[in-house]
Amino acid sequence: MAFLKRSPWILHYDASSCNGCDIEVLACLTPLYDVERFGIINTGNPKHADILLITGGINEQNRPVVKNLYEQMPEPKVVVAIGACAATGGIFRECYNIAGGVDKVIPVDVYVPGCAARPEQIIDGVVKALGILEEKRMKMTGEAQAKKEPRLAAEAGEGR
Amino acid sequence: MSKRIVVPFGPQHPVLPEPIHLDLVLEDELVVDVVPSIGYIHRGLEQLVQKREFTEYVYVAERICGICSFIHALCYCQGIEHIMKIDVPDRARYLRTIWSECSRLHSHLLWLGLFADGMGFENLFMRSWQLRESVLDVFEDTTGGRVIQGTCKVGGVRRDIGQEKLDEMHRTLDSFEEQCRDLGGVFLNDETVKYRLQGLGVISKDDAYALGAAGPTLRGSGVAVDHRETGYAAYGDLGFKPVVETAGDCYARCAVRVRELYSSIDLIRRAIEEMPEGSIDVKVKGTPDGEYFSRAEQPRGEVVHYLRGDGTKHLVRARIRTPTLANIPALVKMLPGAQLADVPVIVLSIDPCISCTER
Repeated sequence: MAFLKRSPWILHYDASSCNGCDIEVLACLTPLYDVERFGIINTGNPKHADILLITGGINEQNRPVVKNLYEQMPEPKVVVAIGACAATGGIFRECYNIAGGVDKVIPVDVYVPGCAARPEQIIDGVVKALGILEEKRMKMTGEAQAKKEPRLAAEAGEGR
Repeated sequence: MSKRIVVPFGPQHPVLPEPIHLDLVLEDELVVDVVPSIGYIHRGLEQLVQKREFTEYVYVAERICGICSFIHALCYCQGIEHIMKIDVPDRARYLRTIWSECSRLHSHLLWLGLFADGMGFENLFMRSWQLRESVLDVFEDTTGGRVIQGTCKVGGVRRDIGQEKLDEMHRTLDSFEEQCRDLGGVFLNDETVKYRLQGLGVISKDDAYALGAAGPTLRGSGVAVDHRETGYAAYGDLGFKPVVETAGDCYARCAVRVRELYSSIDLIRRAIEEMPEGSIDVKVKGTPDGEYFSRAEQPRGEVVHYLRGDGTKHLVRARIRTPTLANIPALVKMLPGAQLADVPVIVLSIDPCISCTER
C-alpha cells in the first residue's frame, strides 16, 4: 500500500441490495478486518467522503438519491460497486423495479464481484479504488498547475 | 405553542445501514408526529416466482434479506414441503434448527453492535461484532458462505455437518456462551446504557398487540408470542419457552434480544446432543399444487410466506409478510414525545430490516 498517502473516507449507501453485502462492508470496519488501521473511516456525510461504496441494483426510488450523493461528493472521487447486484443486477436483474447495475446511473470505477462479496474482496476493491483516486488527484493537480502557470507568468511580466 | 418544523430523517443517515425515510414533525426538540415512507429497496421479488422454478426460488428467498437469509429459505421450503406433502428427514430438521439459531445469534449480535453504535458506545459495537465473527466462522465451516448460506432446499438440506465438527461446535459453545454473557452483562447492567435506554420509546402491551407488532418488539412489551413454540423444524422436540420482558421500553427490547442469545445457545447445544442419524434430504417429485401460509420466527419476529401453486413448476403467487413491516406502526406510536436526539436509538430498537420489509 505504498500509494496510501492519506486517509480515504468512505460513504456507504445501500441501493436496493439484500443487506448481505452491506453487513460485509460493515464487517470490514470491525476488529477482524479493521480497515481503520489504514485510516479508512466510514462517514455518513457525502461532503467528507472520497470513496462511494454502493451495493445493490438501484431501484427507481433510489435513482435520484444515488445521483444526489454522487454529486455532493467533492472531486476527486471514486465509486466502487459491491456485489453481483451492483455490477449487473445479479439475481434480481429480472425484477420489474431494478435498473440493473450502478453504472446505469453513475460512473463506476471498480467492480467487486460476489454474492455476497467477502470482506477480503471488498478491501481489495477499495485498495484498487485508492490507486484510481490517486491518479485522478494527480490529473487534477496537474491541470490546476497548468492553469496556474500562464497566469503566474503574466503576473511576473506585469511586475517587471 | 412553538412553531412546528419537519425534519427529514434518511434515506441516507449515519445510523441507518439501510435506507428508510421518516418525516419527523418537531416542536422545538420534541417529536410530535412521524410520517414514514418506504420503497427504497423494493425490488419486486414476489413477482419473480413466475419466472423462477419453485426449487430455484429458494435462492431468491434467501436473498430477500441477507441477515435472516437462512430463515427466509427455511420458511419458503417448509411452505412448499407442506403443499407437496414431503416429509423431511429428522436429521435435516435438526440441522435446520442449528443453522436457524446460528442465524439468530449472528443477527442479534449484529443488532446489539449497531444499537451500541446508535447510542454512541463505540467500544461495545466493536466487541459485539468481534463476537459475531465466531458465529460467521461456524457458518463458513459448515456451509461455505458467511452471510448467504445456500444450504436449505426443498426436501431437506444440501450439506451435512460431520460428527467431528458437531463435537467441536459443542465444545466451543461453553466459551462462546461465557463471552456472550460478558457482553450481555454490559448491555443489561451498565449504568450509562440503562440511563440512555430505560423509559425511552415505551409501548404498552395492549398497543403493541393491537398494532400487530412482532418479535422482540412485542415480547419486550410482555406479550409471550414466539412462533418457535408451534414446533416447526426441531423446536417441537427440543421444547422452547419464549423470552419475555414487561417494561416495553428500549431497554426491555434490548434485554429480550440479549436473553435470546442465551436461549439460542441452549437450543444449539441440545440440538447437537440429540442429533439423529440418517439421510439429510428426500427426492422431490412432482410440482406444488395448492396453497399454504408458511410461518417461521425470524430474529425480528414472525415471517409469513403465502405460496400458491397450480401444478406447474412456477408458483402462481407468493406473498411475504415480514416482521419489520409489522413493527413500523408500533414505531410510529413510540416516537411522539421523544427528543430528536433519541430518535436514532428508538428507530434501531425495533431492529429495522428494510430489505425484508420492501422485498
